[in-house]
Amino acid sequence: MANVLIWSSLRSHTGGQANLQIEAGNVREMLDKLGDSYPGLKPQLQRGVSVSIDGIIFRDGWLEPLKPESEVVLLPRMVGG
Amino acid sequence: MPLDNPQSAARKFNLVGTRPVRPDGVDKVTGRARFGADAVAPGMLVGRILRSPHAHAKIKSIDTSKAEKLSGVKAIVTRDDFPDKTDGDALLYDVLYNVMAREKALYEGHAVAAVAATSASVARQALKLIKVDYEVLPHVTDVDEAMKPGAPVLHPKMFTDGVEPKPKKASNIVRRYEFGHGDVAAGFKHADVIVERSFKTEATHQGYIEPHACLASFGPDGQAELWVCTQGHFMVRDTCARLLGMDVSKLRVTASEIGGGFGGKTTVFIEPVALVLSKKANRPVKVVMTREEVFKSTGPTSSASMDVKIGATRDGRIVSADMELRYQGGAFQGSPVEFGAMAAFAPYDLENVRTIGYDVVCNRPKQAAYRAPGAPMANFAVESVIEEIAHKLNIPSIDMRIINAAKEGTKSSYGPIYGPIGLRATLERAKEHPHFKAPLGKNQGRGMACGFWFNFGGQSCVTMNVGIDGTVSLTVGSPDIGGSRASMCLMTAEELGIPYDKVRAVIADTGTLGYSDVTDGSRTTFATGMACIQAARDAIKKLCARAAQIWGISEEAVTWENGYAKPAGPNAGDFAPLSLKEIAAQAAQTGGPIAGHYELNADGAGVSFATHICDAEVDPETGFTKITRYTVLQDAGKAVHPSYVEGQFQGGAVQGIGWALNEEYIYGKDGRLQNAGFLDYRIPVCSDLPMIDTVILEIPNPGHPYGVRGVGETSIVPPLATVANAVSHAVGVRMTELPISPPKLLKALETLPQQKKAAE
Repeated sequence: MANVLIWSSLRSHTGGQANLQIEAGNVREMLDKLGDSYPGLKPQLQRGVSVSIDGIIFRDGWLEPLKPESEVVLLPRMVGG
Repeated sequence: MPLDNPQSAARKFNLVGTRPVRPDGVDKVTGRARFGADAVAPGMLVGRILRSPHAHAKIKSIDTSKAEKLSGVKAIVTRDDFPDKTDGDALLYDVLYNVMAREKALYEGHAVAAVAATSASVARQALKLIKVDYEVLPHVTDVDEAMKPGAPVLHPKMFTDGVEPKPKKASNIVRRYEFGHGDVAAGFKHADVIVERSFKTEATHQGYIEPHACLASFGPDGQAELWVCTQGHFMVRDTCARLLGMDVSKLRVTASEIGGGFGGKTTVFIEPVALVLSKKANRPVKVVMTREEVFKSTGPTSSASMDVKIGATRDGRIVSADMELRYQGGAFQGSPVEFGAMAAFAPYDLENVRTIGYDVVCNRPKQAAYRAPGAPMANFAVESVIEEIAHKLNIPSIDMRIINAAKEGTKSSYGPIYGPIGLRATLERAKEHPHFKAPLGKNQGRGMACGFWFNFGGQSCVTMNVGIDGTVSLTVGSPDIGGSRASMCLMTAEELGIPYDKVRAVIADTGTLGYSDVTDGSRTTFATGMACIQAARDAIKKLCARAAQIWGISEEAVTWENGYAKPAGPNAGDFAPLSLKEIAAQAAQTGGPIAGHYELNADGAGVSFATHICDAEVDPETGFTKITRYTVLQDAGKAVHPSYVEGQFQGGAVQGIGWALNEEYIYGKDGRLQNAGFLDYRIPVCSDLPMIDTVILEIPNPGHPYGVRGVGETSIVPPLATVANAVSHAVGVRMTELPISPPKLLKALETLPQQKKAAE
């Protein structure tokens, strides 16, 4: 079970909830379940997201494990120049 | 990949941290280096692109018949030659539309057709013979104007995302973002001082001195080659292959030496056009942009309009911070407004913070990255207001930042809780720096700012091959835009224990090495460096195994030290150490070639902070600003080649200074760019500026074996505010619109007495 923080402007798709409880062992499972449970999030997920796990930002990292006590934060997909 | 030896004393390096002469230097100063426009092929044609003279127009028809009859014209392409193979990928469709206009021309300079001919003059004549029937439409180039109801709408199916209820009318507002935590309204109630201001910045260009150029050769068997200056040749390959509907493996892309990118060469502009022309003409086609085309038809930054409100208590503690950012990204979605919104308050420990960002389209070229995309403009607004609050509260600028600095355990303004970060370290170092104590003269002012950037890791692949004489060929997939070849060689030589000049790095093409992400995001020394270190360690394992075979002992009994395979202990046997050279000389007879390899998607890049200090002198008669002193302090984790790290700090600072003082896209009422050349788009050159002093902090990044932290981008973030703060202190008026060009500053100075009177 991962506790995932969603950024403010996405919360209209999650019934206003900022913190979502998602049953998932890794990032890929978590993103799939997020999209299935909250279809309004799918366009952003398709555009791309990064995931911060305990303060480390993973730009991809689908196989990164998620622990119940992990701080998981959804972020727009990292860019650079 | 974790830091080596985190518990013990910092590793002592032999080569990492030294300053050998750059490996590309001689080629670059003698003209031997081959850039994008330097490739030639037998039968090569000249490709030129016809571009819209209108900022916004329906393309009713394109008649190429006269041009086709011109002797020497071998192929002409239009939107009809670019069928949509994007398969529902909206962002890729935008790239397709940007590369060649479809129903409409969306900005002055938008590609409308292209010609391949036997000479440049024939190509130019042919372009003139192409008849485009435009229906000119009203246009809009200002971000705030583009958001107003009644503004000319670029995309009839653009309904703003992220607002409730979803709009029924199309507009130019792509999306609304919001980040933050706490309750800003409640927070402001506790403030002793509140400052609320609006800011505007104009679009700037990365200003790379090498225009885009490529040579495409598409064979009748469906196999193609492309030579191109780019920050990411794998990205070029994959994007072009998708746009053209071909297998990735059939397109082989080679990255030339590059004359600057800074983010502006992280996408495609002319490459698909060159390939399609070559396919149609059945001959190689070379396309080289003019400087005017670079300004009008590549990817400048967004221009921005921002409102900031910050409240603090008397002791300098910020209690609430609220900001709205409006960025236009040119004619297509994707301005980096969400990154501006996330980075704006990232250096600070805030209980109540909110940033709202709007991504807006207008009739300008599609924006591209410029170092830390989205962050410099946001930082300009926030650091200007924090400076004003510090001034009002009579708190020294540097202390205002230290009081509010984020640290380990702080909840960042964009969500995650920070692990160990180096912000406080750069601020404390800045406070002690002699720059702050230097006396200031007449009409001089001092400013400072701190800034934040994300950095990332990404995919890299490296192979290192041991030659028969023990020298090493290091093959990487990252185009070298900032000195990475030297750093890769230093790290590889360090691991192997051999001299630096025994390693030579080359950048493989897409057919000869595994995938590497674009060289951007300050990722190369971090991620490709990590791959080099691991590839070297892989080779060392094999070298030790080879020595073990030669000695007839087990692999576990052999260790590698300072370039030699040695028995691990006295029990292993009494064998003289074998050097890399000696093992290499026997390689054929003892099992074959020896190589090391590694590929990864690196994470753990870690966020980055910098603090800048600037002294500016303003001439009150002309409004001219001269930078008299500039200092950059930034954490590099571990500076592999310190000269290059300093170069990155200085380069970012100089680009930010230009952005603050001189550079801007100037549009006429007709929606056309008025200053599409370096004479009128004035970037700073060496003679304009003093030496940019640098302080490299080295707080090891726990996510890299040597502690490396990316450095390329962060130093473009603070300079806009740093310079604006310095000028504001020099003349006593707060400049809220960039650039602070002489006419603007003079006007502000002229109205100063009235402002002061109004305040009284």
